[in-house]
Amino acid sequence: MSEKYLERGYITLEELKETIELPTEERLEGKHPVAVPECPQRIPCTPCKEICPVNAIKMDNPNDIPIVDYDKCIGCTLCVQICPGLAFFMIHYKGDKARVTMPHELLPVPKRGDEVILLNRVGEEVGKGKVVLVIPREKSVGDTAVITVEMPKELAWDVRAVKVVVE
Amino acid sequence: MRLEEHPIIDFSKRRGRKVTIYFEGKPIEAYEGEPIAEALHAAGIRILNYSNETQRPRGLFCAIGKCSSCLMVVNGIPNTRTCITLVEDGMKIERQKGAQNLPRDYKPPEWKEAEKHYGDVIIIGGGPAGLMAAIKAAEKGAKVLLMDENPILGGQLVKQTHKFFGKREQFAGVRGIKIAEILEEEARSKEVEIHLETSAVGIFQNKNDKLVVAIRKNKKLVEFHGKAVIVATGAMEKMIPFENNDLPGIYGAGAIQTLMNTYGIEPGKRVLIVGAGNVGVILAYQLKQAGVDVVAIVEALPRIGSYFVQAAKVRRLGIPIYTRHTILRAEGDGKVERAIIAQIDENWQPIEGTERTLDVDVIALSVGLRPSIELLHQAGAQITYAKELGGYVVRHDDRMETTVRGLFVAGDSSGIEEATTAMLEGKIAGVAAALLVGKASPEAYNEIKKAQQDLDEFRSGPFGKHIIEGLKKVMINE
Repeated sequence: MSEKYLERGYITLEELKETIELPTEERLEGKHPVAVPECPQRIPCTPCKEICPVNAIKMDNPNDIPIVDYDKCIGCTLCVQICPGLAFFMIHYKGDKARVTMPHELLPVPKRGDEVILLNRVGEEVGKGKVVLVIPREKSVGDTAVITVEMPKELAWDVRAVKVVVE
Repeated sequence: MRLEEHPIIDFSKRRGRKVTIYFEGKPIEAYEGEPIAEALHAAGIRILNYSNETQRPRGLFCAIGKCSSCLMVVNGIPNTRTCITLVEDGMKIERQKGAQNLPRDYKPPEWKEAEKHYGDVIIIGGGPAGLMAAIKAAEKGAKVLLMDENPILGGQLVKQTHKFFGKREQFAGVRGIKIAEILEEEARSKEVEIHLETSAVGIFQNKNDKLVVAIRKNKKLVEFHGKAVIVATGAMEKMIPFENNDLPGIYGAGAIQTLMNTYGIEPGKRVLIVGAGNVGVILAYQLKQAGVDVVAIVEALPRIGSYFVQAAKVRRLGIPIYTRHTILRAEGDGKVERAIIAQIDENWQPIEGTERTLDVDVIALSVGLRPSIELLHQAGAQITYAKELGGYVVRHDDRMETTVRGLFVAGDSSGIEEATTAMLEGKIAGVAAALLVGKASPEAYNEIKKAQQDLDEFRSGPFGKHIIEGLKKVMINE
């Protein structure tokens, strides 16, 4: 692998696919959301594997990259909450919409029902979405607020952050 | 300017009583518990002194008492490190102009007046390594005396709002600020005797007795007597050469973290970060959390040096990282107003026509750290050079003991690495020192072994390779 992402500081979807297998369309439309780590580089870090209640994350050595067994994953978001690198996301397709769950450590923290601006991996605004779930920092096992944002399905693999507009 | 809202830190709980200090006669509001230089920065004062030969204006640089860039005249006493000296109501502060003498009537402390403390293990430095060493040595029954020259415990942990990597038993997934609280509470519950605002200035020995001489609050002489010493003095930020690199507003990355995350003071409005290692990239994210604009991160190497996931965090917030770029010069009248950056070629030379001017009021340097080994050097421990570990480091064995019997080292002062490894080294040094002074039972060796295995495991990936190379030059094989 070229590791071009280390020259830029972000990974493209194509590069991510070279690193891990992504969940199938069928799984993405399944009953539960599914966890997708964007953690392509070997670093000494294991909380995701340790916290997973169903042992869906494989990592033989602490320096290995996490590999998620998408069929085992129950979509609980604990890995998103704990990941120190804020590198875990959950994706769930619902008809022509997708719900992306992501960590959010900036102010303001949006509320359920808020409209937010969607940002891609380089911080460009790519559309608008609606917050459908908020786990506040106090209730997160990883001390990080987690939000689930509904958006057009075609943006599910681009959007990795949001900008909250304050009136 | 002070920060009021922050997603991670509640500053209102941290600030003490309001007091008034006088800067060149002008009253300035400050909070009890904050150092002078930080309070002045909050009031918009960036020039702290003028250089000796050419009277160039100088400001804060390291903010942890290591670099002397913040020396001022405080209540008539020159050469006061204002970045770690706390404000007091009515204090009179003046800019220092070059070298200044002590007032004629000033009486330096005398040996016979020194306050004396006795224990088994003396620890210099209350960061992750020192605190962990203290906890472990005390747990084994040793009486531990710990000193730190800063006004708060926790070393650099106290300004880390991000969550740490590693295993959960090593505090992975916990924020640095929280780790500092946990370690401090544990050290205090184990009755470690803690001396803050106390700078160690010399280590001496007579047979197996060790003496650490220190100065408290810049004036009081203090003696610490024990049988073993653990040096966990951390590291100091490196500087790179470029035009006007001493302009006030050019800070070490750690100083910006101190201003912003320890004392809730806005470092500036628009920041350029030089260096895309973990420190620089994490700083960018922290600035964003504090609501400060990060204009760019420049990195001379063709790749980012931080963990990829840390870089991805800042990229998705729209902060650009320019690899193969460097800073050419800073510009401004008495303070940073602009930075000129450019792309560089394979020979590290700026490429003509790629120069760009950025309007910034702060330039953060995160171009590496070097171990603080001065005390170890003075004590006679053997020093060697290992560039992989940040420069000159002390030689030590796998129990963290140096070439001087009873003198141990742990954390970044033994080589630049991570807080996680600092804590593991602290564990080893703490247990080993307790064994040496006869307080630990032989089973304690198992704890040393476990920590050594954890270190090996942590270093087994690509980020540990250079550490292992460096350690080959440093380790004493018995």
